[in-house]
Amino acid sequence: METIQNFQILWYVLIFVLLLGYSLLDGFDLGIGSLLPFLGRDKEERDTLIHSIGPVWDGNEVWLITGGGALFAAFPQAYATAFSGFYLAMMLVLFALIFRAVSMEFRAHDPARAGLWETALVVGSGAATLLFGVALGNVIYGVPLDSRMEYTGDFLTLLRPVPLLFGLTGLAAVLLQGAAWAVMKTDGALQQRAFKAVRVLLWVNGAVAILYFIVMAAAFPGLPGRPLFYAGVLLTLLGLVGLFFSARKRNDGAPFWESSCSFIGLWLVAGAAQFPNLIKASNDPRLSLTIFNSSTGLHTLKVMSVIALIGMPIVIGYTVFVYRIFKGKTRPSDSY
Amino acid sequence: MSALLLARIQFAFTIGFHFLFPAMTLGVTLVILISETGYLIKKEERYRRITDFLVRLLGLIFVTGAATGLTMEFSFGTNWSNYSRAVGDIFGPLLAAEGVIAFFLESVFLGVLIFARNRVSPRVYWLSALLVFIGGHLSAFWILAANSWMQTPAGYAVDTAGKIALTSFADAVFNPSTHVRLIHTVLAAWMTGAVMVAGIAGYYVRKGLHGQTARTMLKIAIILFALTPVLQLGAGHMHAVEVINMQPEKAAALEGHFVTSRGVPLYAVGWVDTAGETTYGIYVPKLLSFLYNFDFDSEIKGLRDFPKAHWPPVNLVFQAYHVMVGIGMLAIALGLLGAFLLVTGRLYRTRWYLFVLPFLIPLPHLAHETGWMTAEIGRQPWIIYGLMKTADAASVVVSAGNVLFSLVMFSLIYLLLFVMFVMLCVKLVKQGPAS
Ligand code: HDD
Ligand code: HEM
Ligand code: HEM
Repeated sequence: METIQNFQILWYVLIFVLLLGYSLLDGFDLGIGSLLPFLGRDKEERDTLIHSIGPVWDGNEVWLITGGGALFAAFPQAYATAFSGFYLAMMLVLFALIFRAVSMEFRAHDPARAGLWETALVVGSGAATLLFGVALGNVIYGVPLDSRMEYTGDFLTLLRPVPLLFGLTGLAAVLLQGAAWAVMKTDGALQQRAFKAVRVLLWVNGAVAILYFIVMAAAFPGLPGRPLFYAGVLLTLLGLVGLFFSARKRNDGAPFWESSCSFIGLWLVAGAAQFPNLIKASNDPRLSLTIFNSSTGLHTLKVMSVIALIGMPIVIGYTVFVYRIFKGKTRPSDSY
Repeated sequence: MSALLLARIQFAFTIGFHFLFPAMTLGVTLVILISETGYLIKKEERYRRITDFLVRLLGLIFVTGAATGLTMEFSFGTNWSNYSRAVGDIFGPLLAAEGVIAFFLESVFLGVLIFARNRVSPRVYWLSALLVFIGGHLSAFWILAANSWMQTPAGYAVDTAGKIALTSFADAVFNPSTHVRLIHTVLAAWMTGAVMVAGIAGYYVRKGLHGQTARTMLKIAIILFALTPVLQLGAGHMHAVEVINMQPEKAAALEGHFVTSRGVPLYAVGWVDTAGETTYGIYVPKLLSFLYNFDFDSEIKGLRDFPKAHWPPVNLVFQAYHVMVGIGMLAIALGLLGAFLLVTGRLYRTRWYLFVLPFLIPLPHLAHETGWMTAEIGRQPWIIYGLMKTADAASVVVSAGNVLFSLVMFSLIYLLLFVMFVMLCVKLVKQGPAS
């Protein structure tokens, strides 16, 4: 029994890391997508912004696909409950992601309808981000479940204040991540506007994050006793303070890392509240799906660990290699 | 309509749509790899033009494939949650492995192909083309292993609680039908790409556009178009033998074969009267028995040996199968004809052949779709052959109304994607490789 528990914990951590990686990486391109009309004043500027994420967004989305696959492989009960239970919400996420995926490519090939595809990109990116946050908020805060592990609420159940706060927090973090990416990848007037966006979003993030910490501490009585909670709070605050000074000094490299740092803090708090639950049952804690009652067998977990521990370092290696190819400011020649 | 039926329609529609794109991806990346290798070795501008043109095309194909592939990844949880609960031990790892081992590789290096021609050396660019090619094929491998496991499950045990547990990962991955299905599907995808490129290049050559570049493109495509259907005949044969061995009632449905017997005929075209248990049509006597193990008198099981409840919709499977094989035969003829024209130096002048080429582009897709219908509808009523019924696999909490809503949305969105995709491809082809 001891060993399978170790593997269950390992897989909780690995999926956490995959989703964290997803939110940092796809976070900046969803952020760019959502901020497009605010940052890019003319076609040329919007071209630059889209080209800054063009080569990498799809690889970033694979973090989500792999996270989903890993959830299926390690905790199929949680995957099945959440995806079928939140059916309509999941479909909306999917439609949003479909539109944002095709919008950039179609825009490049179809200049006559560029405006339409830009709208698809903005709405798709923003909606997907918001819905992800709400979905995550629900599984952490708790939803009604029955003894077959099935979700018994409906679409409106998902739209309660605490999960909505999660959605808002996530959206704010993603917008900041996008603005910080724009600061790093652009220059001139566009960059100045991105700096301005960072400064505004900094305060928005600070306010939302503090509200989020307070609500979390109130909703999860055990949370203030967990060191991870304080580590998360500290990381977020450090990131935001650092960002404040970098933005003042017009440092164009550091903001992205500081924004990421503050985002990681939010995730640590969520993880500290959730562990070892995967989907909390709001009606009766004994019905919760935990890492211990929802996982696959030991053999599967072991095989998966081998694949992940060999595969992921290689993936990270070549991902870094490719990001280095595109290092520096986005050039007009980096086009489709 | 019931939620189950709607879910099945939705799955068939969304996977059938998704598959159009990966099939083109695998084929087009093969041609890209060939032309980029040509560029690396010969340093001739025409190869570079071919690559650049096809990479732009690939961008459109890939993004539509990726957007619709996401649907599939979600679908097991959203629509088939009971299935997912039952098979997490085996099916989950295969999907996860596809992410770690294939999708990352493909999409990360695709970014280099599309955006970094001016940022990296020719060698690194070539390497990226190779890695995109490998990534795509690895993804086909994992997903086909997952599908093959559903067709011919292996490497598992059912415990006392009725849970399916993994016992051997290698056996599950390399189950009895993975190899043949992989070879057959990959060849089909190469053929799809070859015909697509041949159609485009044939149009250019007939119109006298893009000179040497168009002719080289046509040459590469015709060579592939001549090779793949012939190889496919062998691969298809192996696949058929595998089905006769592993899924005899499906095999019987393929040929509308009801009574176990020796010297079984092979139909060219036909019609199955399932209620009357007879098959009409044009056939070659004893050929199926011969093809099974090169013995005109070998015995083939008939449908009557199996309970009626386990029969798939026989005529539908029969028709789908015969459309696929018919297209395969046609492709062999046209591909070899193209090779003959090439060798005799008349390819670029035979106007009727060049004229026909673009109209062939949908045919491999049709063969693909009907081939999958053969495999998947032929497997009914099972979702995992012999182990779990499709009827027991759907999500419990998803209502018919919910699925209807998503199905309508998918129909609208996919229609939009399809129209845009075709329009933008046509536009790109008109711009041509020079721009
Ligand atoms: C361009 C596409 C294409 C072409 C020309 C052919 N096939 Fe095919 N066939 C497929 C594309 C395909 C496929 C879509 O890839 C399938 C569906 C499932 C699978 O494994 O491969 C398939 C399935 C499939 C099956 C069913 C396997 C199962 O039920 O699991 C058989 C028996 C054959 N094929 C045999 C043939 C033969 C004898 C052909 C004659 C040349 C042929 N195929 C041409
Ligand atoms: C990519 C090409 C594929 C096509 C065109 C295809 C086609 C189909 C069709 C037509 C059906 C409906 C059968 C029916 O309900 O009567 C179906 C069902 C199904 N297939 Fe496939 N399939 C493909 C690949 C796969 C793969 C790779 C998997 C698994 C990894 C898969 C898993 C399923 C499942 C779960 C169902 C739903 C249950 C059912 O209705 O049978 N399919 N597919
Ligand atoms: C039910 C079965 C399937 C699932 C769950 C699935 C899932 C996916 C997903 C999530 C993507 C997007 C990856 C990205 O964003 O980079 C994708 C793309 C892709 N899939 Fe599928 N897929 C299925 C069937 C197939 C089949 C049968 C094949 C090949 C034989 C295939 C080959 C590919 C390839 C090559 C891509 C890369 C994108 C493209 O080229 O279009 N898939 N698939």
